[in-house]
Amino acid sequence: MVTHDSGGHHHPPTSFIRKYIFSTDHKVIGLQYYFLALFSVFLGMALSMLMRIHLVWPSAKMPFTPGGQMTPEQYLALMTMHGSIMVFMVLTTAPQSGFGNYALPIQIGAEDMAFPVLNMLSFWTTLLSLIVLVSAFFVNGGAPISGWTAYPPLSALGQIAGPGQGAGQTLWVVGVAIFCIGSLLGALNFITTTVDLRAKGMTLGRMPLTVWAWLVTAILGLLAFGVLLAACLLLLLDRIAGTSFFIPGGLVVTDTPIVSHTGGSPLLWQHLFWFFGHPEVYIAILPGMGVASHVLSTFSRKPVFGYKAMVGALGAIGFLGFCVWGHHMFISGMSPYSAFAFSLLTMTIGVPSAIKTFNWLGTLWGGRIQFTTAMMFGLGFVSLFVTGGLSGLFLAQPSIDLYLHDTYFVVAHFHLIMGVAAIFGIFAATYFWFPKMFGRMLNETIGKVHFWFTFVGVYSIFMPMHFLGLAGHPRRYADTTGVNFLGPLHSVHYFITLAAMITISAQLIFLFNFFYSMKAGQKASENPWNATTLEWSIPSPPPFDNFAGRIPVVYRGPYEFSVPGATDDYIPQHLTPERVGKAH
Amino acid sequence: MPGTITDEIEIIDAGRGGGTNVPAGGDDDGEGSFGSPGIPQRAYFTVIQLGLAGIIMFFMALTSSFLVRKGLGNDWVAFNFPRILWLNTLILLASSITIQIARRHLREDEKAAFKRWWSVTTSLGILFLAGQFIAWRQLARQGVFLVTNPSSSFFYVLTAAHGLHLFGGILALVYVSHRSWRRSRVSQATATDVASIYWHCMDGLWVFLFALLYLGR
Repeated sequence: MVTHDSGGHHHPPTSFIRKYIFSTDHKVIGLQYYFLALFSVFLGMALSMLMRIHLVWPSAKMPFTPGGQMTPEQYLALMTMHGSIMVFMVLTTAPQSGFGNYALPIQIGAEDMAFPVLNMLSFWTTLLSLIVLVSAFFVNGGAPISGWTAYPPLSALGQIAGPGQGAGQTLWVVGVAIFCIGSLLGALNFITTTVDLRAKGMTLGRMPLTVWAWLVTAILGLLAFGVLLAACLLLLLDRIAGTSFFIPGGLVVTDTPIVSHTGGSPLLWQHLFWFFGHPEVYIAILPGMGVASHVLSTFSRKPVFGYKAMVGALGAIGFLGFCVWGHHMFISGMSPYSAFAFSLLTMTIGVPSAIKTFNWLGTLWGGRIQFTTAMMFGLGFVSLFVTGGLSGLFLAQPSIDLYLHDTYFVVAHFHLIMGVAAIFGIFAATYFWFPKMFGRMLNETIGKVHFWFTFVGVYSIFMPMHFLGLAGHPRRYADTTGVNFLGPLHSVHYFITLAAMITISAQLIFLFNFFYSMKAGQKASENPWNATTLEWSIPSPPPFDNFAGRIPVVYRGPYEFSVPGATDDYIPQHLTPERVGKAH
Repeated sequence: MPGTITDEIEIIDAGRGGGTNVPAGGDDDGEGSFGSPGIPQRAYFTVIQLGLAGIIMFFMALTSSFLVRKGLGNDWVAFNFPRILWLNTLILLASSITIQIARRHLREDEKAAFKRWWSVTTSLGILFLAGQFIAWRQLARQGVFLVTNPSSSFFYVLTAAHGLHLFGGILALVYVSHRSWRRSRVSQATATDVASIYWHCMDGLWVFLFALLYLGR
């Protein structure tokens, strides 16, 4: 490996606290984010399980609900916290902050993030926001009930708007605001590192697509989280200071006139929230796209089909993501002309999405496919992305959305595209990078069992929800007992709950594999997948400063697989031209 | 990464020995175990520009809220604009000039003059914040508070948010004037330039907010 000396005094910390707790090492911080997300995802799943049980057996006694039976408000609290924890603490955290932190600096040939202390602060800020958010469960009135979108006026009025709308909702707003700050700090580091810390020869056109995806995601985060922060600030003032940014006059809530507020606009919140909220969807999914491209290429033993088009599509999706927030508000009374514009722009996203999909298929075409678990989750990502994306084309049209808005069709759509597709991206990344992160291999057989349970499971959960939605089943209803037209749909709910139970139980297989393999898995070599990018040129797990003081030089693009004339079917990025063709 | 401590230390030891080409400015913060790798000085310029982009998005969200809330509601009442804000604006504009003078002295290696003008800038920043506080007091004496009217709500929110960001700028100025650069990862020239960029932008942001609040009240 040809290297040039980086020269820095980059000593590893020796004390436990600085090495694993208050660490400034991007790899440790990446793992901290990953474990934060792992805790959160199991918490979020547990909440969804309680909801699913309640939907099918409304009179079932629940362990955590006073009085035994779950009230509609408690159902809404579970829903709100499920959504908030999953969106912020899992989908935003694991793919970007977790894997991005771990792999980005190594993939571009840097010793660490540009600002390691800032990086540490980002993590601790995010952890603080998780603690604040979860503490909403334990305050008087419990967790908030206004959903992860926290629409005013009900989110702004306080206790009078329902249990959980007092202290619980305040903690939610504060927690989300803190999360915004952590994400902004993280985005600064990601972009600066990518722009300024690339190793010699690592031109933009040689960056792995994972790096491109993390870069575009960080740009989205930088531009979107400030807007949510501003919205949270105004909402907090409406709640605790008595201002009227979002609260209109003349409100009567539970027979009580609200006289202290006038003239505020609930629509203003919706605009601010969705200006953040739509890019947020891409913040969750773009890193998964990067990972899918990376994994599909590696295990097809073929270069990514249309690398430049893939980069362009990432950029286009990111840009268009800022132009379409109005499609969440078609039924808010907006002008049909605005709705038409938002609709057209939304459907335009189909173009870069199709480019990505066809390029993934093009990458697979004619490849010598290796069905590793990582590859299967990568393929699963593509499948779920297509399925979830197609229902988006229906919802993007205002005339159809009028009917489907706030039904289970929407629940099916966003769970497939933003939820489980992104989760499959996380799983693909986990199975792919686990050997690098922990120096041991995950068990492939257990991994494949986990894959099939999860893949069949998520389709069994979310496909039937499309039918519920088409049948007019509203979302967010805690109990449909006595609603005549929904009666025949009960068996569908029953099936979904059963599928959810099996799928969630199957995640214990993953958990077992994860911790068992960490201790007792087969030792991983430096490059177990015969992959090309820089993280596979260093030991597993990598040393403290990644390259042991010798930064590699990059000679070629990231996906040089099956190059005609080469002895091996892969040529690592750091291999000198003279050594290509010789054994390495 | 449990169980890898020994491995790492061995690898790092083996990896060193190819020369120790420490980049200009050094990179050791003096604590060894908390050290950071050397990074190019341009990274500080990149991060300040990105940070400003994030800050601008935050203020643009508040600005569009201002315009929407004013346009949609029918309860907007103008208040008497505190006249001291004109003076505050002049003070902040002046600070942008003094910071430029300070930078020129640094370029010409006149350390004492640099320190003097840098301190003048810092003082003008503190004076501006004091002036903003007086403006709040003047409004309060008129009976105009945060919740009085959306116009005053936005006035307090925008001035407070800007004041907080400017306070961050003052901390940066103090940091630049008191930091010892010998063992620092960032050079004095870079830190001075980066702090100045931030300062000018907070100045420009205030001029924008002043115009918004004055014309839109």
